[in-house]
Amino acid sequence: MIKYIIRRLLYLIPVLLGVCFIIFILFNLVAGDPTAVLLGKNATAAQMIELREQLGLNKTLTEQYFDVVKSAFTFNFGHSWSTKQEISQMILRGAYPSLCLTLPAFIVATIFSLIIALVVAFYRGKGIDLFIRILCIAGVSISALAYILFFQYFFAFKFGWFEISGFEYGFPNFIPFVALPGIIFIILSLGPDVRFFRTVILDEIYQDYVRTARAKGLSDLSILLKHVLRNALIPIITYVIIQVPYLILGALLLENFFSIPGLGGITLNALNSSDFPVIKAMAILSSVLYILLSLFTDILYTFADPRVKLK
Amino acid sequence: MKEKSLWKDALGRLIKDKWAFGSLIVVLTYSLIAVLSASGVIAQDWAKEVGASNLAPGSEYWFGTDIFGRDVFTKVLHGTKIAMSVGLMTALIAIPIGVTLGALAGYYGGWVDDFITWLYTTFSSIPNIMLLISITMILGKGIFSVYVALGATSWVTLCRLIRGEVIKHKEREYVQAAGAIGGSHFRKLFIHILPNVTHIIIINTSLQFQFAIKSEVILSYLGLGVQGEPSWGTMIDDAKLELTRGIWWQLAGATFAMFLVVLAFNLLGDALRDSLDPKLKGK
Repeated sequence: MIKYIIRRLLYLIPVLLGVCFIIFILFNLVAGDPTAVLLGKNATAAQMIELREQLGLNKTLTEQYFDVVKSAFTFNFGHSWSTKQEISQMILRGAYPSLCLTLPAFIVATIFSLIIALVVAFYRGKGIDLFIRILCIAGVSISALAYILFFQYFFAFKFGWFEISGFEYGFPNFIPFVALPGIIFIILSLGPDVRFFRTVILDEIYQDYVRTARAKGLSDLSILLKHVLRNALIPIITYVIIQVPYLILGALLLENFFSIPGLGGITLNALNSSDFPVIKAMAILSSVLYILLSLFTDILYTFADPRVKLK
Repeated sequence: MKEKSLWKDALGRLIKDKWAFGSLIVVLTYSLIAVLSASGVIAQDWAKEVGASNLAPGSEYWFGTDIFGRDVFTKVLHGTKIAMSVGLMTALIAIPIGVTLGALAGYYGGWVDDFITWLYTTFSSIPNIMLLISITMILGKGIFSVYVALGATSWVTLCRLIRGEVIKHKEREYVQAAGAIGGSHFRKLFIHILPNVTHIIIINTSLQFQFAIKSEVILSYLGLGVQGEPSWGTMIDDAKLELTRGIWWQLAGATFAMFLVVLAFNLLGDALRDSLDPKLKGK
Protein backbone atom coordinates (compact mmCIF):
# COMPACT_ATOMS: atom_id res chain seq x y z
CA MET A 1 0.00 0.00 0.00
CA ILE A 2 2.87 2.36 0.83
CA LYS A 3 4.21 1.69 -2.65
CA TYR A 4 0.88 2.61 -4.20
CA ILE A 5 0.68 5.84 -2.20
CA ILE A 6 4.22 6.81 -3.19
CA ARG A 7 3.49 6.10 -6.86
CA ARG A 8 0.32 8.12 -6.59
CA LEU A 9 2.26 10.98 -4.97
CA LEU A 10 4.84 10.96 -7.75
CA TYR A 11 2.05 11.13 -10.31
CA LEU A 12 1.09 14.50 -8.82
CA ILE A 13 4.15 16.10 -10.34
CA PRO A 14 3.40 15.63 -14.07
CA VAL A 15 -0.27 16.56 -13.54
CA LEU A 16 0.62 19.72 -11.67
CA LEU A 17 3.19 20.66 -14.31
CA GLY A 18 0.56 19.98 -16.97
CA VAL A 19 -2.03 22.18 -15.29
CA CYS A 20 0.54 24.97 -15.00
CA PHE A 21 1.38 24.46 -18.67
CA ILE A 22 -2.25 24.89 -19.77
CA ILE A 23 -2.58 28.00 -17.62
CA PHE A 24 0.74 29.30 -18.95
CA ILE A 25 -0.37 28.77 -22.54
CA LEU A 26 -3.67 30.53 -21.93
CA PHE A 27 -2.50 33.47 -19.85
CA ASN A 28 1.07 34.01 -21.05
CA LEU A 29 0.96 32.98 -24.71
CA VAL A 30 -2.60 33.37 -26.00
CA ALA A 31 -3.54 36.37 -23.88
CA GLY A 32 -0.64 38.41 -25.26
CA ASP A 33 0.97 41.55 -23.93
CA PRO A 34 -1.32 43.50 -21.58
CA THR A 35 0.86 46.57 -21.12
CA ALA A 36 -0.82 48.63 -23.82
CA VAL A 37 -4.24 47.95 -22.30
CA LEU A 38 -3.07 48.62 -18.76
CA LEU A 39 -1.37 51.94 -19.44
CA GLY A 40 -3.88 53.36 -21.86
CA LYS A 41 -3.13 54.99 -25.19
CA ASN A 42 -0.87 57.76 -23.83
CA ALA A 43 1.80 55.38 -22.57
CA THR A 44 5.41 56.11 -23.36
CA ALA A 45 7.80 53.43 -24.48
CA ALA A 46 9.77 53.78 -21.24
CA GLN A 47 6.66 53.24 -19.14
CA MET A 48 5.81 50.14 -21.13
CA ILE A 49 9.27 48.67 -20.64
CA GLU A 50 9.10 49.39 -16.93
CA LEU A 51 5.68 47.76 -16.56
CA ARG A 52 6.78 44.75 -18.57
CA GLU A 53 9.62 44.31 -16.14
CA GLN A 54 7.26 44.60 -13.17
CA LEU A 55 4.95 41.97 -14.58
CA GLY A 56 7.83 39.64 -15.43
CA LEU A 57 7.08 39.77 -19.14
CA ASN A 58 10.67 40.51 -20.15
CA LYS A 59 11.72 37.08 -18.95
CA THR A 60 12.08 34.18 -21.36
CA LEU A 61 9.07 31.92 -21.85
CA THR A 62 10.70 29.12 -19.86
CA GLU A 63 11.22 31.47 -16.93
CA GLN A 64 7.64 32.67 -17.20
CA TYR A 65 6.45 29.06 -17.13
CA PHE A 66 8.44 28.36 -13.99
CA ASP A 67 6.94 31.48 -12.42
CA VAL A 68 3.52 29.88 -12.90
CA VAL A 69 4.75 26.61 -11.36
CA LYS A 70 6.32 28.48 -8.47
CA SER A 71 3.10 30.34 -7.73
CA ALA A 72 1.30 26.98 -7.44
CA PHE A 73 3.53 26.19 -4.45
CA THR A 74 4.07 29.59 -2.85
CA PHE A 75 0.58 31.00 -3.54
CA ASN A 76 2.30 34.24 -4.37
CA PHE A 77 0.22 35.43 -7.30
CA GLY A 78 1.32 39.03 -7.48
CA HIS A 79 -1.07 41.97 -7.49
CA SER A 80 -4.48 42.51 -8.97
CA TRP A 81 -4.59 44.86 -11.95
CA SER A 82 -7.78 46.59 -10.94
CA THR A 83 -7.68 46.77 -7.14
CA LYS A 84 -3.84 46.75 -6.88
CA GLN A 85 -4.13 44.53 -3.81
CA GLU A 86 -2.09 41.43 -3.21
CA ILE A 87 -4.05 38.54 -4.68
CA SER A 88 -3.26 36.03 -1.94
CA GLN A 89 -4.70 38.50 0.59
CA MET A 90 -7.82 39.02 -1.50
CA ILE A 91 -8.31 35.28 -1.67
CA LEU A 92 -7.82 34.81 2.06
CA ARG A 93 -10.40 37.48 2.77
CA GLY A 94 -12.84 36.10 0.20
CA ALA A 95 -12.65 32.54 1.45
CA TYR A 96 -14.51 33.34 4.65
CA PRO A 97 -17.82 34.60 3.20
CA SER A 98 -17.70 31.86 0.54
CA LEU A 99 -17.30 29.11 3.09
CA CYS A 100 -19.98 30.60 5.36
CA LEU A 101 -22.36 30.18 2.46
CA THR A 102 -21.26 26.94 0.85
CA LEU A 103 -20.00 24.73 3.66
CA PRO A 104 -23.19 24.41 5.77
CA ALA A 105 -25.32 24.24 2.63
CA PHE A 106 -23.06 21.57 1.14
CA ILE A 107 -23.20 19.38 4.25
CA VAL A 108 -26.98 19.66 4.56
CA ALA A 109 -27.44 19.00 0.83
CA THR A 110 -25.27 15.87 0.95
CA ILE A 111 -27.05 14.39 3.98
CA PHE A 112 -30.49 15.18 2.55
CA SER A 113 -29.59 13.70 -0.82
CA LEU A 114 -28.23 10.53 0.73
CA ILE A 115 -31.39 10.02 2.82
CA ILE A 116 -33.64 10.64 -0.18
CA ALA A 117 -31.54 8.32 -2.35
CA LEU A 118 -31.74 5.55 0.26
CA VAL A 119 -35.51 5.90 0.56
CA VAL A 120 -35.90 5.92 -3.21
CA ALA A 121 -33.60 2.92 -3.63
CA PHE A 122 -35.53 1.02 -0.94
CA TYR A 123 -38.82 1.61 -2.78
CA ARG A 124 -37.27 1.22 -6.24
CA GLY A 125 -39.75 0.85 -9.04
CA LYS A 126 -42.63 2.04 -6.85
CA GLY A 127 -44.54 5.30 -7.10
CA ILE A 128 -42.30 7.36 -4.84
CA ASP A 129 -39.20 6.29 -6.79
CA LEU A 130 -40.75 7.36 -10.06
CA PHE A 131 -41.99 10.62 -8.55
CA ILE A 132 -38.58 11.58 -7.11
CA ARG A 133 -36.83 10.62 -10.35
CA ILE A 134 -39.13 12.82 -12.41
CA LEU A 135 -38.69 15.63 -9.89
CA CYS A 136 -34.89 15.34 -10.04
CA ILE A 137 -34.67 15.23 -13.81
CA ALA A 138 -37.05 18.17 -14.14
CA GLY A 139 -35.15 19.99 -11.40
CA VAL A 140 -31.79 19.74 -13.13
CA SER A 141 -33.33 20.90 -16.41
CA ILE A 142 -34.23 24.34 -15.06
CA SER A 143 -31.49 26.94 -15.26
CA ALA A 144 -29.77 27.79 -11.97
CA LEU A 145 -30.38 31.43 -12.90
CA ALA A 146 -34.13 30.89 -12.88
CA TYR A 147 -34.07 29.37 -9.39
CA ILE A 148 -32.02 32.22 -8.02
CA LEU A 149 -34.14 34.94 -9.60
CA PHE A 150 -37.38 33.28 -8.55
CA PHE A 151 -36.37 32.69 -4.92
CA GLN A 152 -34.75 36.07 -4.50
CA TYR A 153 -37.75 37.83 -5.98
CA PHE A 154 -40.40 36.06 -3.94
CA PHE A 155 -38.77 35.20 -0.61
CA ALA A 156 -36.48 38.18 -0.20
CA PHE A 157 -38.05 41.01 -2.22
CA LYS A 158 -41.79 40.28 -2.20
CA PHE A 159 -42.31 38.58 1.17
CA GLY A 160 -39.25 40.05 2.91
CA TRP A 161 -38.42 36.83 4.77
CA PHE A 162 -34.71 37.06 4.00
CA GLU A 163 -32.06 39.67 3.31
CA ILE A 164 -31.97 40.56 -0.39
CA SER A 165 -28.21 41.04 -0.50
CA GLY A 166 -25.10 41.87 1.46
CA PHE A 167 -22.95 40.20 4.08
CA GLU A 168 -21.76 40.70 7.65
CA TYR A 169 -18.71 39.10 9.20
CA GLY A 170 -18.77 37.15 12.47
CA PHE A 171 -20.75 34.16 13.65
CA PRO A 172 -24.40 34.73 14.13
CA ASN A 173 -24.38 37.91 12.05
CA PHE A 174 -23.84 36.24 8.69
CA ILE A 175 -26.70 33.76 9.04
CA PRO A 176 -29.54 35.98 7.74
CA PHE A 177 -27.43 36.84 4.70
CA VAL A 178 -26.48 33.30 3.76
CA ALA A 179 -29.80 31.64 4.65
CA LEU A 180 -31.60 32.14 1.35
CA PRO A 181 -28.61 31.57 -0.95
CA GLY A 182 -27.86 28.50 1.18
CA ILE A 183 -31.36 27.16 0.64
CA ILE A 184 -31.04 27.73 -3.10
CA PHE A 185 -27.64 25.97 -3.03
CA ILE A 186 -29.28 22.95 -1.36
CA ILE A 187 -32.13 22.86 -3.87
CA LEU A 188 -29.69 23.12 -6.78
CA SER A 189 -27.60 20.26 -5.37
CA LEU A 190 -30.46 17.88 -4.60
CA GLY A 191 -31.26 16.94 -8.21
CA PRO A 192 -27.81 15.83 -9.40
CA ASP A 193 -26.84 14.39 -5.99
CA VAL A 194 -29.93 12.22 -5.56
CA ARG A 195 -29.62 10.93 -9.12
CA PHE A 196 -25.97 9.99 -8.63
CA PHE A 197 -26.44 8.42 -5.20
CA ARG A 198 -29.46 6.43 -6.38
CA THR A 199 -27.52 5.00 -9.36
CA VAL A 200 -24.60 4.04 -7.13
CA ILE A 201 -26.83 2.37 -4.55
CA LEU A 202 -28.80 0.50 -7.22
CA ASP A 203 -25.53 -0.74 -8.76
CA GLU A 204 -24.77 -2.40 -5.44
CA ILE A 205 -28.26 -3.78 -4.88
CA TYR A 206 -27.89 -6.18 -7.81
CA GLN A 207 -24.60 -7.66 -6.53
CA ASP A 208 -24.31 -11.27 -5.41
CA TYR A 209 -23.56 -10.44 -1.79
CA VAL A 210 -26.95 -8.81 -1.46
CA ARG A 211 -28.61 -11.99 -2.65
CA THR A 212 -26.57 -13.96 -0.14
CA ALA A 213 -27.54 -11.59 2.65
CA ARG A 214 -31.17 -11.95 1.68
CA ALA A 215 -30.86 -15.72 1.48
CA LYS A 216 -29.61 -15.90 5.02
CA GLY A 217 -32.71 -14.07 6.14
CA LEU A 218 -31.69 -10.45 6.68
CA SER A 219 -34.39 -7.85 6.24
CA ASP A 220 -34.25 -5.57 3.23
CA LEU A 221 -33.74 -2.53 5.42
CA SER A 222 -30.74 -3.91 7.28
CA ILE A 223 -29.20 -5.11 4.00
CA LEU A 224 -29.58 -1.60 2.60
CA LEU A 225 -28.11 0.16 5.60
CA LYS A 226 -25.45 -2.34 6.65
CA HIS A 227 -24.21 -3.88 3.41
CA VAL A 228 -25.23 -1.80 0.44
CA LEU A 229 -24.60 1.62 1.94
CA ARG A 230 -21.14 0.64 3.15
CA ASN A 231 -20.10 -0.50 -0.32
CA ALA A 232 -21.75 2.41 -2.08
CA LEU A 233 -19.97 4.81 0.23
CA ILE A 234 -16.72 4.62 -1.76
CA PRO A 235 -18.02 6.26 -4.95
CA ILE A 236 -20.20 8.55 -2.86
CA ILE A 237 -17.23 9.84 -0.85
CA THR A 238 -15.23 10.39 -4.04
CA TYR A 239 -18.10 12.32 -5.58
CA VAL A 240 -18.49 14.45 -2.47
CA ILE A 241 -14.80 15.25 -1.95
CA ILE A 242 -14.22 16.13 -5.59
CA GLN A 243 -16.83 18.87 -5.22
CA VAL A 244 -14.90 20.72 -2.52
CA PRO A 245 -12.87 22.93 -4.94
CA TYR A 246 -16.19 24.25 -6.16
CA LEU A 247 -17.06 25.21 -2.58
CA ILE A 248 -13.93 27.29 -2.27
CA LEU A 249 -14.73 28.91 -5.57
CA GLY A 250 -17.96 29.78 -3.89
CA ALA A 251 -21.26 29.51 -5.56
CA LEU A 252 -20.27 31.92 -8.29
CA LEU A 253 -23.77 32.90 -9.34
CA LEU A 254 -25.24 32.93 -5.85
CA GLU A 255 -22.56 35.27 -4.56
CA ASN A 256 -23.12 37.48 -7.56
CA PHE A 257 -26.89 37.75 -7.06
CA PHE A 258 -26.70 38.20 -3.30
CA SER A 259 -23.66 40.52 -3.32
CA ILE A 260 -21.66 38.27 -1.01
CA PRO A 261 -18.01 39.39 -1.10
CA GLY A 262 -16.61 35.86 -1.48
CA LEU A 263 -14.31 34.21 -3.96
CA GLY A 264 -17.06 33.79 -6.52
CA GLY A 265 -17.68 37.52 -6.32
CA ILE A 266 -13.95 38.24 -6.66
CA THR A 267 -13.78 35.98 -9.71
CA LEU A 268 -16.73 37.65 -11.41
CA ASN A 269 -15.45 41.16 -10.65
CA ALA A 270 -12.10 40.18 -12.12
CA LEU A 271 -13.93 38.83 -15.13
CA ASN A 272 -15.76 42.10 -15.69
CA SER A 273 -12.62 44.21 -15.34
CA SER A 274 -10.42 41.80 -17.37
CA ASP A 275 -8.25 41.35 -14.30
CA PHE A 276 -6.19 38.45 -15.68
CA PRO A 277 -3.89 37.77 -12.70
CA VAL A 278 -6.85 37.23 -10.37
CA ILE A 279 -8.53 34.74 -12.73
CA LYS A 280 -5.16 33.05 -13.25
CA ALA A 281 -4.66 32.79 -9.49
CA MET A 282 -8.14 31.35 -8.98
CA ALA A 283 -7.54 28.80 -11.75
CA ILE A 284 -4.21 27.70 -10.25
CA LEU A 285 -5.54 27.60 -6.70
CA SER A 286 -8.66 25.60 -7.52
CA SER A 287 -6.65 23.15 -9.65
CA VAL A 288 -4.08 22.57 -6.90
CA LEU A 289 -6.91 21.95 -4.48
CA TYR A 290 -8.58 19.55 -6.90
CA ILE A 291 -5.35 17.60 -7.41
CA LEU A 292 -4.70 17.30 -3.68
CA LEU A 293 -8.25 16.21 -2.96
CA SER A 294 -8.25 13.56 -5.66
CA LEU A 295 -5.00 12.26 -4.16
CA PHE A 296 -6.73 12.19 -0.80
CA THR A 297 -9.69 10.20 -2.15
CA ASP A 298 -7.37 7.72 -3.86
CA ILE A 299 -5.53 7.13 -0.60
CA LEU A 300 -8.85 6.81 1.20
CA TYR A 301 -9.73 4.14 -1.34
CA THR A 302 -6.80 1.97 -0.33
CA PHE A 303 -8.07 1.94 3.23
CA ALA A 304 -11.68 1.32 2.29
CA ASP A 305 -11.04 -1.27 -0.42
CA PRO A 306 -7.97 -3.52 -0.01
CA ARG A 307 -8.26 -4.67 -3.64
CA VAL A 308 -6.96 -1.30 -4.87
CA LYS A 309 -3.38 -1.91 -3.73
CA LEU A 310 -3.13 -5.01 -5.92
CA LYS A 311 -3.11 -2.87 -9.04
CA MET B 1 -36.51 -16.32 -37.03
CA LYS B 2 -34.93 -13.20 -38.39
CA GLU B 3 -32.31 -11.65 -36.13
CA LYS B 4 -32.74 -7.95 -35.48
CA SER B 5 -29.65 -5.76 -35.43
CA LEU B 6 -28.69 -3.91 -32.26
CA TRP B 7 -29.61 -0.58 -33.80
CA LYS B 8 -33.00 -1.68 -35.09
CA ASP B 9 -33.69 -3.32 -31.76
CA ALA B 10 -32.70 -0.16 -29.92
CA LEU B 11 -34.72 2.09 -32.20
CA GLY B 12 -37.76 -0.14 -31.71
CA ARG B 13 -37.47 0.11 -27.96
CA LEU B 14 -36.88 3.84 -28.10
CA ILE B 15 -40.07 4.43 -30.09
CA LYS B 16 -42.09 2.21 -27.77
CA ASP B 17 -40.93 4.26 -24.78
CA LYS B 18 -43.38 7.17 -24.83
CA TRP B 19 -41.14 9.54 -22.86
CA ALA B 20 -38.13 8.87 -25.04
CA PHE B 21 -40.14 9.23 -28.22
CA GLY B 22 -41.60 12.53 -26.99
CA SER B 23 -38.10 13.74 -26.14
CA LEU B 24 -36.90 12.82 -29.60
CA ILE B 25 -39.74 14.87 -31.11
CA VAL B 26 -38.84 17.85 -28.90
CA VAL B 27 -35.17 17.65 -29.90
CA LEU B 28 -36.06 17.39 -33.58
CA THR B 29 -38.43 20.37 -33.31
CA TYR B 30 -35.74 22.49 -31.67
CA SER B 31 -33.26 21.43 -34.34
CA LEU B 32 -35.75 22.41 -37.04
CA ILE B 33 -36.31 25.83 -35.42
CA ALA B 34 -32.54 26.32 -35.17
CA VAL B 35 -31.99 25.39 -38.82
CA LEU B 36 -34.85 27.60 -40.03
CA SER B 37 -33.58 30.47 -37.92
CA ALA B 38 -29.99 30.01 -39.11
CA SER B 39 -31.05 29.91 -42.76
CA GLY B 40 -33.06 33.09 -42.37
CA VAL B 41 -36.57 31.70 -42.75
CA ILE B 42 -37.77 32.64 -39.25
CA ALA B 43 -36.79 34.95 -36.40
CA GLN B 44 -34.76 37.27 -38.64
CA ASP B 45 -36.74 40.29 -37.50
CA TRP B 46 -36.13 39.82 -33.77
CA ALA B 47 -34.75 43.36 -33.56
CA LYS B 48 -37.92 44.89 -35.06
CA GLU B 49 -40.20 46.93 -32.88
CA VAL B 50 -43.58 45.26 -33.20
CA GLY B 51 -45.62 46.95 -30.50
CA ALA B 52 -45.62 48.94 -27.28
CA SER B 53 -42.86 48.28 -24.79
CA ASN B 54 -43.27 45.61 -22.11
CA LEU B 55 -46.63 44.23 -23.21
CA ALA B 56 -47.80 41.24 -21.19
CA PRO B 57 -48.27 37.95 -23.05
CA GLY B 58 -51.48 37.86 -25.02
CA SER B 59 -53.05 36.45 -28.13
CA GLU B 60 -51.05 38.74 -30.40
CA TYR B 61 -47.62 38.40 -28.74
CA TRP B 62 -47.54 34.97 -27.14
CA PHE B 63 -44.62 35.72 -24.87
CA GLY B 64 -45.20 39.49 -24.66
CA THR B 65 -42.78 42.21 -25.73
CA ASP B 66 -39.55 43.51 -24.20
CA ILE B 67 -38.55 47.02 -23.20
CA PHE B 68 -37.92 48.04 -26.82
CA GLY B 69 -41.24 46.60 -27.95
CA ARG B 70 -39.62 43.57 -29.56
CA ASP B 71 -41.46 40.27 -29.68
CA VAL B 72 -40.14 38.00 -26.93
CA PHE B 73 -41.27 34.86 -28.76
CA THR B 74 -39.12 35.75 -31.77
CA LYS B 75 -36.20 36.39 -29.44
CA VAL B 76 -36.73 32.96 -27.87
CA LEU B 77 -36.64 31.40 -31.35
CA HIS B 78 -33.42 33.23 -32.10
CA GLY B 79 -32.01 32.05 -28.76
CA THR B 80 -32.87 28.50 -29.81
CA LYS B 81 -30.50 28.87 -32.73
CA ILE B 82 -27.69 30.06 -30.45
CA ALA B 83 -28.27 27.30 -27.90
CA MET B 84 -28.49 24.50 -30.45
CA SER B 85 -25.45 25.79 -32.34
CA VAL B 86 -23.43 25.73 -29.12
CA GLY B 87 -24.51 22.13 -28.46
CA LEU B 88 -23.68 21.10 -32.02
CA MET B 89 -20.31 22.85 -32.23
CA THR B 90 -19.28 21.48 -28.84
CA ALA B 91 -20.09 17.98 -30.07
CA LEU B 92 -18.23 18.58 -33.34
CA ILE B 93 -15.11 19.61 -31.42
CA ALA B 94 -15.36 17.12 -28.57
CA ILE B 95 -16.25 13.94 -30.50
CA PRO B 96 -13.29 13.79 -32.93
CA ILE B 97 -10.77 14.67 -30.20
CA GLY B 98 -12.31 12.49 -27.50
CA VAL B 99 -12.89 9.46 -29.72
CA THR B 100 -9.50 9.53 -31.45
CA LEU B 101 -7.47 10.05 -28.29
CA GLY B 102 -9.57 7.59 -26.28
CA ALA B 103 -9.33 4.92 -28.97
CA LEU B 104 -5.57 5.34 -29.41
CA ALA B 105 -4.95 5.26 -25.66
CA GLY B 106 -7.09 2.19 -25.12
CA TYR B 107 -5.79 0.28 -28.13
CA TYR B 108 -2.06 0.90 -27.99
CA GLY B 109 -1.54 1.13 -24.24
CA GLY B 110 2.06 1.75 -23.16
CA TRP B 111 3.44 5.25 -23.43
CA VAL B 112 0.61 6.39 -25.76
CA ASP B 113 -1.86 5.51 -23.03
CA ASP B 114 0.30 7.13 -20.37
CA PHE B 115 0.51 10.33 -22.34
CA ILE B 116 -3.19 10.57 -23.19
CA THR B 117 -4.22 9.64 -19.65
CA TRP B 118 -1.94 12.37 -18.38
CA LEU B 119 -3.46 14.80 -20.85
CA TYR B 120 -7.06 14.25 -19.81
CA THR B 121 -6.20 14.04 -16.12
CA THR B 122 -4.55 17.43 -16.48
CA PHE B 123 -7.55 18.94 -18.24
CA SER B 124 -9.99 17.52 -15.72
CA SER B 125 -7.88 18.85 -12.84
CA ILE B 126 -8.81 22.42 -13.67
CA PRO B 127 -12.34 22.96 -12.38
CA ASN B 128 -14.64 23.23 -15.37
CA ILE B 129 -16.00 26.66 -14.59
CA MET B 130 -12.52 28.16 -14.19
CA LEU B 131 -11.38 26.71 -17.53
CA LEU B 132 -14.55 27.97 -19.24
CA ILE B 133 -14.16 31.46 -17.77
CA SER B 134 -10.44 31.63 -18.54
CA ILE B 135 -10.78 30.54 -22.16
CA THR B 136 -13.73 32.80 -22.97
CA MET B 137 -12.07 35.77 -21.27
CA ILE B 138 -8.75 35.29 -23.07
CA LEU B 139 -10.18 34.59 -26.51
CA GLY B 140 -12.49 37.57 -26.14
CA LYS B 141 -16.23 37.67 -25.60
CA GLY B 142 -18.39 36.09 -28.24
CA ILE B 143 -19.99 32.89 -29.37
CA PHE B 144 -16.81 31.57 -30.96
CA SER B 145 -15.02 31.59 -27.61
CA VAL B 146 -17.94 29.72 -26.07
CA TYR B 147 -17.61 26.99 -28.73
CA VAL B 148 -13.88 26.63 -28.10
CA ALA B 149 -14.19 26.71 -24.32
CA LEU B 150 -16.94 24.10 -24.21
CA GLY B 151 -15.20 21.95 -26.81
CA ALA B 152 -11.96 22.09 -24.84
CA THR B 153 -13.65 20.95 -21.66
CA SER B 154 -16.08 18.33 -22.92
CA TRP B 155 -13.81 15.92 -24.83
CA VAL B 156 -12.39 14.69 -21.52
CA THR B 157 -15.31 12.54 -20.35
CA LEU B 158 -15.78 11.02 -23.79
CA CYS B 159 -12.07 10.23 -24.09
CA ARG B 160 -12.06 8.43 -20.74
CA LEU B 161 -15.19 6.41 -21.57
CA ILE B 162 -13.95 5.40 -25.04
CA ARG B 163 -10.55 4.40 -23.66
CA GLY B 164 -12.18 2.12 -21.09
CA GLU B 165 -14.45 0.50 -23.69
CA VAL B 166 -11.64 -0.03 -26.21
CA ILE B 167 -9.49 -1.70 -23.55
CA LYS B 168 -12.33 -4.15 -22.93
CA HIS B 169 -12.84 -4.84 -26.62
CA LYS B 170 -9.29 -5.18 -27.91
CA GLU B 171 -8.74 -8.66 -26.38
CA ARG B 172 -12.06 -10.03 -27.63
CA GLU B 173 -12.14 -12.91 -30.11
CA TYR B 174 -13.53 -10.88 -33.00
CA VAL B 175 -10.58 -8.50 -32.84
CA GLN B 176 -8.14 -11.39 -32.59
CA ALA B 177 -9.85 -12.96 -35.60
CA ALA B 178 -9.53 -9.74 -37.54
CA GLY B 179 -5.82 -9.71 -36.70
CA ALA B 180 -5.43 -13.37 -37.68
CA ILE B 181 -6.69 -12.76 -41.20
CA GLY B 182 -4.16 -9.97 -41.58
CA GLY B 183 -6.10 -6.87 -40.51
CA SER B 184 -3.89 -3.93 -39.66
CA HIS B 185 -4.03 -2.07 -36.38
CA PHE B 186 -5.88 0.73 -38.12
CA ARG B 187 -8.42 -1.70 -39.51
CA LYS B 188 -8.91 -3.48 -36.20
CA LEU B 189 -9.37 -0.24 -34.32
CA PHE B 190 -11.51 1.79 -36.69
CA ILE B 191 -13.42 -0.86 -38.68
CA HIS B 192 -13.92 -3.47 -35.98
CA ILE B 193 -13.75 -1.95 -32.51
CA LEU B 194 -15.13 1.57 -33.02
CA PRO B 195 -18.56 0.53 -34.37
CA ASN B 196 -18.93 -1.48 -31.18
CA VAL B 197 -18.41 1.52 -28.95
CA THR B 198 -20.54 3.99 -30.93
CA HIS B 199 -23.32 3.74 -28.38
CA ILE B 200 -21.03 5.39 -25.82
CA ILE B 201 -20.59 8.35 -28.17
CA ILE B 202 -24.32 8.72 -28.74
CA ILE B 203 -25.28 8.50 -25.05
CA ASN B 204 -22.52 10.87 -24.04
CA THR B 205 -23.34 13.39 -26.75
CA SER B 206 -26.95 13.56 -25.67
CA LEU B 207 -25.89 14.41 -22.12
CA GLN B 208 -23.09 16.76 -23.28
CA PHE B 209 -25.56 18.62 -25.45
CA GLN B 210 -27.71 19.63 -22.50
CA PHE B 211 -24.64 20.56 -20.49
CA ALA B 212 -23.47 22.79 -23.34
CA ILE B 213 -26.85 24.50 -23.54
CA LYS B 214 -26.91 25.13 -19.79
CA SER B 215 -23.33 26.44 -19.87
CA GLU B 216 -24.04 28.76 -22.79
CA VAL B 217 -26.92 30.31 -20.86
CA ILE B 218 -24.70 30.95 -17.85
CA LEU B 219 -21.75 32.24 -19.91
CA SER B 220 -24.04 34.55 -21.88
CA TYR B 221 -25.59 35.73 -18.63
CA LEU B 222 -22.09 36.60 -17.39
CA GLY B 223 -21.61 38.61 -20.58
CA LEU B 224 -19.07 36.21 -22.08
CA GLY B 225 -21.30 34.71 -24.76
CA VAL B 226 -23.12 36.20 -27.74
CA GLN B 227 -22.86 39.94 -28.17
CA GLY B 228 -25.57 42.12 -29.62
CA GLU B 229 -28.01 39.28 -30.26
CA PRO B 230 -30.57 37.72 -27.96
CA SER B 231 -29.76 34.39 -26.34
CA TRP B 232 -31.60 32.73 -23.49
CA GLY B 233 -28.80 33.82 -21.15
CA THR B 234 -28.91 37.50 -22.10
CA MET B 235 -32.71 37.44 -21.86
CA ILE B 236 -32.44 36.15 -18.29
CA ASP B 237 -29.88 38.87 -17.62
CA ASP B 238 -32.37 41.50 -18.84
CA ALA B 239 -35.08 39.95 -16.71
CA LYS B 240 -32.98 40.39 -13.58
CA LEU B 241 -33.75 44.10 -13.58
CA GLU B 242 -37.28 43.85 -14.96
CA LEU B 243 -38.53 41.40 -12.37
CA THR B 244 -38.97 43.97 -9.61
CA ARG B 245 -41.34 45.85 -11.92
CA GLY B 246 -43.40 42.71 -12.37
CA ILE B 247 -42.19 41.93 -15.88
CA TRP B 248 -41.73 38.18 -15.78
CA TRP B 249 -42.33 37.03 -19.35
CA GLN B 250 -38.82 37.38 -20.69
CA LEU B 251 -37.50 35.22 -17.84
CA ALA B 252 -40.36 32.74 -18.22
CA GLY B 253 -39.95 32.48 -21.99
CA ALA B 254 -36.21 31.85 -21.91
CA THR B 255 -36.41 29.52 -18.90
CA PHE B 256 -39.24 27.47 -20.37
CA ALA B 257 -37.58 27.16 -23.77
CA MET B 258 -34.40 25.96 -22.12
CA PHE B 259 -36.19 23.68 -19.67
CA LEU B 260 -38.00 21.79 -22.41
CA VAL B 261 -34.94 21.04 -24.53
CA VAL B 262 -32.63 20.23 -21.61
CA LEU B 263 -35.28 17.93 -20.15
CA ALA B 264 -35.65 16.24 -23.53
CA PHE B 265 -31.89 15.65 -23.83
CA ASN B 266 -31.75 14.32 -20.27
CA LEU B 267 -34.61 11.89 -20.83
CA LEU B 268 -33.25 10.91 -24.22
CA GLY B 269 -29.79 10.28 -22.77
CA ASP B 270 -31.24 8.02 -20.10
CA ALA B 271 -33.45 6.19 -22.59
CA LEU B 272 -30.55 5.76 -25.02
CA ARG B 273 -28.45 4.28 -22.26
CA ASP B 274 -31.19 1.81 -21.38
CA SER B 275 -31.80 0.81 -24.98
CA LEU B 276 -28.21 0.77 -26.29
CA ASP B 277 -26.25 -0.57 -23.35
CA PRO B 278 -26.46 -4.33 -23.75
CA LYS B 279 -25.44 -4.91 -20.16
CA LEU B 280 -28.65 -3.39 -18.92
CA LYS B 281 -30.82 -5.34 -21.34
CA GLY B 282 -33.79 -6.91 -19.64
CA LYS B 283 -33.09 -5.31 -16.29
